Amino acid sequence: MAGSHRPQVGVLALQGDFREHAAVLRGLGADVVAVRRPEELTDVDGIVLPGGESSVQDKLSRTFGMAEPLKQAIAGGLPVYGTCAGLILLADSILDGIAGQQTLGGLDVVVRRNAFGSQLDSFETDIDIPELGEEPMHAVFIRAPIVESVGTKATAIASLSDGRVVAVEQGNLLGTSFHPEMTGDIRFHAYFLEKVRAHAG
Amino acid sequence: MTNSTSTAEQGSNRVKRGLAEMLKGGVIMDVVTAEQARIAEDAGAVAVMALERVPADIRSQGGVARMSDPDLIESIIAEVSIPVMAKARIGHFVEAQVLQALKVDYIDESEVLSPADYVNHIDKWNYDVPFVCGATNLGEALRRITEGAAMIRSKGEAGTGDVSEATKHIRKIKSEIASLSSMSRDELYVAAKELQAPYELVAEIAETGKLPVVLFTAGGVATPADAAMMMQLGADGVFVGSGIFKSGNPEKRAAAVVKATTFFDDPKVIAEVSRGLGEAMVGINVSDLAAPHRLAERGW
Repeated sequence: MAGSHRPQVGVLALQGDFREHAAVLRGLGADVVAVRRPEELTDVDGIVLPGGESSVQDKLSRTFGMAEPLKQAIAGGLPVYGTCAGLILLADSILDGIAGQQTLGGLDVVVRRNAFGSQLDSFETDIDIPELGEEPMHAVFIRAPIVESVGTKATAIASLSDGRVVAVEQGNLLGTSFHPEMTGDIRFHAYFLEKVRAHAG
Repeated sequence: MTNSTSTAEQGSNRVKRGLAEMLKGGVIMDVVTAEQARIAEDAGAVAVMALERVPADIRSQGGVARMSDPDLIESIIAEVSIPVMAKARIGHFVEAQVLQALKVDYIDESEVLSPADYVNHIDKWNYDVPFVCGATNLGEALRRITEGAAMIRSKGEAGTGDVSEATKHIRKIKSEIASLSSMSRDELYVAAKELQAPYELVAEIAETGKLPVVLFTAGGVATPADAAMMMQLGADGVFVGSGIFKSGNPEKRAAAVVKATTFFDDPKVIAEVSRGLGEAMVGINVSDLAAPHRLAERGW
C-alpha cells in the first residue's frame, strides 16, 4: 500500500519470551508477525529470535521446516536480532550445546551456551554500549550465553567489566546475551528497527 | 574497554521471574532418573523436574513423600544442560535450603509431596533460587506470590492422567483475573479481602489483566491434546508429570507433547503428532478419589 511505512517485523514464536519482544516492537510502531511456519516469514522486513531454551528452539525450527528458510533469509541480508537463545541460534558455532544441537549461523562468532552456571549465577548489571549512547543499559542475564570469540566479520559492541563479550553486530545481524525486552530499555530494539527500515527501503 | 563497574545483582526478583519467562511455550517434564532426563532433553523439554517417584507412584505406593536424594538430583543436573527443578515439601524450608545448596535452577514447593507444615508455606524471599508454587485459584496464587513465588502453576490433580482438575484450576484463575479487570477501586478493596491477598497486588492485576509471574499448568496432562487445551485456555506452558514416563512410548509422547504445545492452536499439527503414540498412562478418574487422596487440596 502506497504511503504505508510501518515495518513488518517477525518474531520467531516457537518457544520463549516472544510476546515481550512483540510488545516492545509494537510500542516502537512496527507491525509484528508471530512466525512459526515458513510462509509467515515471506513478508517480514526483519525478524527477532527471542530468549528461551535454545536446544528446544533449534529442534522445533528444524522439525517444522523453519531452519532452512531462516538460513536463506539471513544469507539474503534480512535484519535479524537474537537475544540469549536467539544469539545462540544466530552464531556460526556453539560450545556446550546439547548433543546434535545446531545453529542457523550467520554471525561470525563462537558462543558458549549457559556460560555462567546455574540459575543462581544469573544476574543483572549495568553495561556500557557506546553505539546506543552514553547512558549505560541495565542488562539481565539469565542462564546466559557469552560470546567466546568474535570472528573478523563481526564486531563486539558491549562487554562485561571482565571483558567478556555480550553484544555483537555484523551488518544486519545483531545479538545480545541479555534481554532488553525485559527491562523497558527500548534502545536495542529501536536500533534494530533502523536496520529493518533501511532494509525495507 | 571502558565499563561501568556497577556490581552485578544475583537472586533479584527480575532474575528469578525471568527464568520462568524463558520457559514459556515449553514443556517441563518429571523425571526420576538421569536416563529419563536425557530422554526429556532430547525430546525438547525446556526443563526437567527431578524427583524420586512420579506422582502416580506416590499415589499408588502411599507413605510420606519427601525431597529426593541429593545424589539423584546431582546425577540429573550432571546429565542435562537444560534447567533442573526439584521439589520441596510445603513449608519445609530446610529441604529448600538443601536444594539451593545443590544449585537446582528452580524449587517447586509442591503439594505432590507430603506437607511438612500445615500452617506456613516457605518464606521464599529468603532464597536466591526461584520458586514455583501450585494454586487452584487466584487468591492462592497471590498468596504464594506474596510469599516470594516467582512462577505459578495451576495444580490440577497430579498422578491421575485426568485433566479435568487442571482445566478447572486454569479456568478459575483466568476468570478471576478477568473479573478483577472490570472492577472499580472500591470493589477491588473487597476483592482483595475476599482473595486474602494484598490490595496492591490485586490492583496491579486488575490493571495489567495478568499475573506478575508466569503461569504454567500441571496435574493430569497426559496427551498432546491435553497440553494444547491448557495452552488454549491461557497457560504459558505445561508441566507433564506421570503422563510421559508412565506411558507406552515416552520418547515419542514427550516429543509430541512439545510440538503440540508450540502449535497449540493448530489442530492439524496436534492430529499429526497424536498418531501412534502407544498407550497413554492408564489413569484414575479424579471423581473416584476419596477426598483425603486429593493432592490439590494440600496448600491453602
